[in-house]
Amino acid sequence: MSAIQILFWFLSGLALVSAIMVLISKNPVHSVLWLVMVFFAISGHYILMNAQFLAIVNLIVYAGAIMVLFLFVIMLMNLDKTSDPQKNWWMKLAGVISGGCLLMEMATLVRQAAEMKEKTVMMKEGSIGLIGNLGKLLFSDYVVPFEISSVLFLSAMVGAVVIGKKN
Amino acid sequence: MPIQYYILLALTLFSIGIVGVLTRRNAIIVFMCIELMLNAVNLLLVAFSKMQYNLAFTNNKATVAGSEAQLFVFFIMVVAAAEVSVGLAIIVMMYRNVHSVDVNFLNRLKN
Amino acid sequence: MNQLVYLVPLFPLIGFLINGLGRKSLSKSLIGVIGSGTILASFIVSLVLFFNVKNNGAVVVDYFNFINIDSLKISFAFQIDALSSLFLLIITGVGFLIHVYSTAYMQDEEPQHYGRYFAYLNLFVFSMLLLVMGANYVIMFIGWEGVGLCSYLLIGFWFKNDNYNYAAKKAFVMNRIGDLGFLLAVFWLIAKLGTANYADVFAHASSLTPFDVTAITLLLFVGAMGKSAQIPLYTWLPDAMAGPTPVSALIHAATMVTAGIYMIARSNVLYSMSAVTMNVVAIIGLVTALFSATIALKQNDIKKVLAYSTVSQLGYMFLGLGVGAYTGAVFHVMTHAFFKALLFLGAGSVIHAMHHEQDIRKMGGLKKHLPITHLTFLIGCIAISGIPPFSGFFSKDEILAAAFAKNPVYWGLGVAGAAMTAFYMFRLYATTFLGTFRGTHDQEHHLHESPSAMTIPLMVLALLSVVGGFVGVPEILGGHHELHGFLSSVLTTEVAHESSKNTEYVLMGISVAIAAIAIIFAINKFSKKPELQDAQGFGKVLENKWYVDELYDTFFVKTTLAKAKFLKDIIEKNVIDGAVNGVGKLVNYSSRQLRLIQSGQVGNYILFMVLAIVVVILLWVNDNHLYQYISKLF
Repeated sequence: MSAIQILFWFLSGLALVSAIMVLISKNPVHSVLWLVMVFFAISGHYILMNAQFLAIVNLIVYAGAIMVLFLFVIMLMNLDKTSDPQKNWWMKLAGVISGGCLLMEMATLVRQAAEMKEKTVMMKEGSIGLIGNLGKLLFSDYVVPFEISSVLFLSAMVGAVVIGKKN
Repeated sequence: MPIQYYILLALTLFSIGIVGVLTRRNAIIVFMCIELMLNAVNLLLVAFSKMQYNLAFTNNKATVAGSEAQLFVFFIMVVAAAEVSVGLAIIVMMYRNVHSVDVNFLNRLKN
Repeated sequence: MNQLVYLVPLFPLIGFLINGLGRKSLSKSLIGVIGSGTILASFIVSLVLFFNVKNNGAVVVDYFNFINIDSLKISFAFQIDALSSLFLLIITGVGFLIHVYSTAYMQDEEPQHYGRYFAYLNLFVFSMLLLVMGANYVIMFIGWEGVGLCSYLLIGFWFKNDNYNYAAKKAFVMNRIGDLGFLLAVFWLIAKLGTANYADVFAHASSLTPFDVTAITLLLFVGAMGKSAQIPLYTWLPDAMAGPTPVSALIHAATMVTAGIYMIARSNVLYSMSAVTMNVVAIIGLVTALFSATIALKQNDIKKVLAYSTVSQLGYMFLGLGVGAYTGAVFHVMTHAFFKALLFLGAGSVIHAMHHEQDIRKMGGLKKHLPITHLTFLIGCIAISGIPPFSGFFSKDEILAAAFAKNPVYWGLGVAGAAMTAFYMFRLYATTFLGTFRGTHDQEHHLHESPSAMTIPLMVLALLSVVGGFVGVPEILGGHHELHGFLSSVLTTEVAHESSKNTEYVLMGISVAIAAIAIIFAINKFSKKPELQDAQGFGKVLENKWYVDELYDTFFVKTTLAKAKFLKDIIEKNVIDGAVNGVGKLVNYSSRQLRLIQSGQVGNYILFMVLAIVVVILLWVNDNHLYQYISKLF
C-alpha cells in the first residue's frame, strides 16, 4: 500500500467520521469544530490530487472565514446543547432511512457503471491545479464570471446588512 | 486512485449532509449540513477534473483539460461565501424575532 | 289499389291521436263517432283490398327503409295477400262492431276516460293491422309489441283497482317471455339469411339447416305461446278479463290472441320443414285445449268461462296448425272471432244488465228479460259447440279431420275437448239464462235489455256465426271450400285426407253426436238446479284452475322475489351502497390525512423531496435510463 493510498483512506475516514460527528453532536459549537475537521480532510484530498490552489482557498474561505462566521453567530446567540431543539424520533428515523436509501441507490448505480471502472484519478502530479494555470484561465476566459462574482459579493454584503439591521 | 472511490466518498458525505438536514431542527446545524453537501460536490468535481486530466494527459503532456472543473469549484466557494453571509444574517434575524433557531417555528408556509 | 294500402292502419292511428289528445275536450258522442268511424273507414278500405287480392293477387307496398345497416336492409313494407286481407277483414269488421258496442257499454265512464278508452282501442287496432300487414318479421314485431302494450293498457283500464293492475302486469310479463322467443327467432333468421322479408325468407328457407329451422320455428312458437295463451304461458289470459268486456271480446278473444296463429300460418313454409316443431305445436295445442276445457267446466265467473274457452279454442287452432291444416286453423280463427266476440259481447250485455255482476250463480232466468241477448248468446253457444250448420262446426271439423289423418289419438282427444266445450258452454247458458232469477230483488227490478248500439252488433255477429262457416263447407258435404282456394296462394298444401268419405261421415257424426249429448246433459242438469255451492273434491281442483297460478307463484314468482330481496337487502345495501359510501369515506379520510402533510415545516417538505428523488431514481434504474445517461458521461 503506497503512501498515497494510506493517506487517501486516512483522509476519507477522517472526513466521514467528522461529518457524522457534525450530525450527532449536541452542542452546536462542537458541530462547527467537527465541520472544520471535515474541511481540513477535504483540503487534504485536494492536496493529494495536487489541486493546491483549491486546497488553500478551501482552508481560508471555508475553514477560516465561513466557519468563524458560524462560530461567531453561535456564540452571539449563546446556544448550547440545552437549547438545542430536538426533532421527534420518527422524523429522525424517516430522515435517516430516506437518506440511506438515496445513498444505497446512487452507490449501486455508480458500481454498475462499467465505463467508470477503468478510470483513475491522477494523484500527486498534474499541473492544472496549480495557481499559475488557474489564474491564467480565470483572468482570460473566465474574467467576466469572476467580475460578476464581485458584484454578487457586494449584493450579498448589502443584503446581510439590510437583513441584520434592526427594523 | 479509481474514480469510484472518490465518487462513493462524495456520495457518502452528501448523504450525511442530507440526513443532517432531515434530522436536525437547529437552523445553524442545517445550514452547516448544506455546506457539507456543497463540499462533497466540490470534492467530486475536483476528482473528475483530475480524471479528465489523466485521460487527456496520455496523449498530450501539455494539456490543461479539467481546469474548468477546478474553476467551477472556485466559483462555488464564492457563491457559498455569499450565501453564508446572507443566510447567517437571516438566522440572526430569526433568532432576534422568535428567540429560537428551531426551523419548526418557520411554519408560515402552512398558510 | 296500392295507394289505398296505407290508409288501413292510418285511420285508426288518426282516431287514436284525436281521441287521445282531445279526450278532455271532445264530447262523448264525438269520441264514439270518431273511434268507430275510423275503424269503419278501415273496414271499407279493407273490403276493397280484399276483393282486389281476390281478383288480382297479392301486392307488396314498400314505403321506406326502416333499418339500413350494412347488408341488413329492412323496409317498412306492407304485404296484402290472401292471409293478411282475410285478417284485415276480421280485425276491422269485428273491431268495428265492438267499437259500436263499446259506445254504449262504456257510456257510464267520464268523458276523459271514455276518450282514453277509445284511443287505446284505436291504437290496438292500428297495432294489430301493422302486425298482419307487415311484409317482414320486424314490422310484425312492431305490431306484436304494440298489441301487447294496448292489451296491458286496456286490462288495466280501471287502474284504480290494484288487482286489475296486477292482471295487466301479469299479461305484460307473460307476453314478454314469449316476445323474447319471437325476437330471438327473428335475430336467428337475420343471422342466417340476412333478411326478415317473408318473401325472401320463404324463398331461401331450403338453405337453412334442419337444426336452424327447428330452432327458429320453436322460438317463434314460444312467441306464439305467449301471445296466444298456450301452455305454459296461458295464465295471463283468464286474468286479462279484468279489462272492460268489449276489450275482452276484441283483444282477448277475437283478434290479438290469434296473432300467434297468424304468425305460424304466415311462416307455414318454415313450419312444414320441421316435423319436430309440428309435433310440438300439435301436442301443446291439444294439451292446452283439453286442460283449459277442464278448467272451464267449473268456473263460475261468466267471463272466466269464456276466457278458458278461448284458451281451449286457441289450442284447437294450434292443433290444426300442428297437423298441417293451416287453412283449417285460419278458418277457425275467423269463425272463432265471430262467435267468441258474440259470446263476450253477450256476456257484456248480461253484465251490463246485472250492474257489473259476473257470478253466474247469482243470475238465472235472464231469458225473458234479455230476449235478444239470450237468442244471440244461444247462437254463439251452438256455434262454438260445433253443431251444424253453424260456423263452428265446419272449422272445427276441418281441424279434427286433419288431426285424424295425422293421428287418430289426436282426434279422439280433440273430440273429448269438443264435448267438454259443448258441456261447459251450455252449463254457462243454462245457468245464466234458464231457471229462475237468483240475484237480489233490486237487480231484478233493474233488469233491462241493452240499448240498440249493443244489440245490433250482437245480431250482426250472430248472423255471421250462423253463416260464417259456409265459406268453408267441405267437399264431402257437397260444398266448395272457397276459403281453401282463396288461401292456397299463401298456405302450403295440407296433408292429404287419407280417410275415405265414409270415415269422414262417421267422424263428423260422432263428434256432432257427442257434442249434442253433452248439450242436452248440460241443459238438463243446470237449467233446474244449478251448482250454487263451491265445488268439492276434484271439482275444487278444477275450480282453482289446477292450482297452476299457485304453482307458478311458488316456483317463479316467489323465487324471483327471494332473489330480488337478496339483491335488495344484501347486495344493494352492503355491496353497492357500501362501495359508494366507502369511496366517499375513503376520500374523506384520505384527504383528512393528506391535509396533515402540509405542515408548513420545511423539514417535512425536504423529506418528501428526498423520498421523491429516491422513487424517481428507482424508476429510472429500472428502465436503465439513468444508467445509460451516466454511461454517456464518461
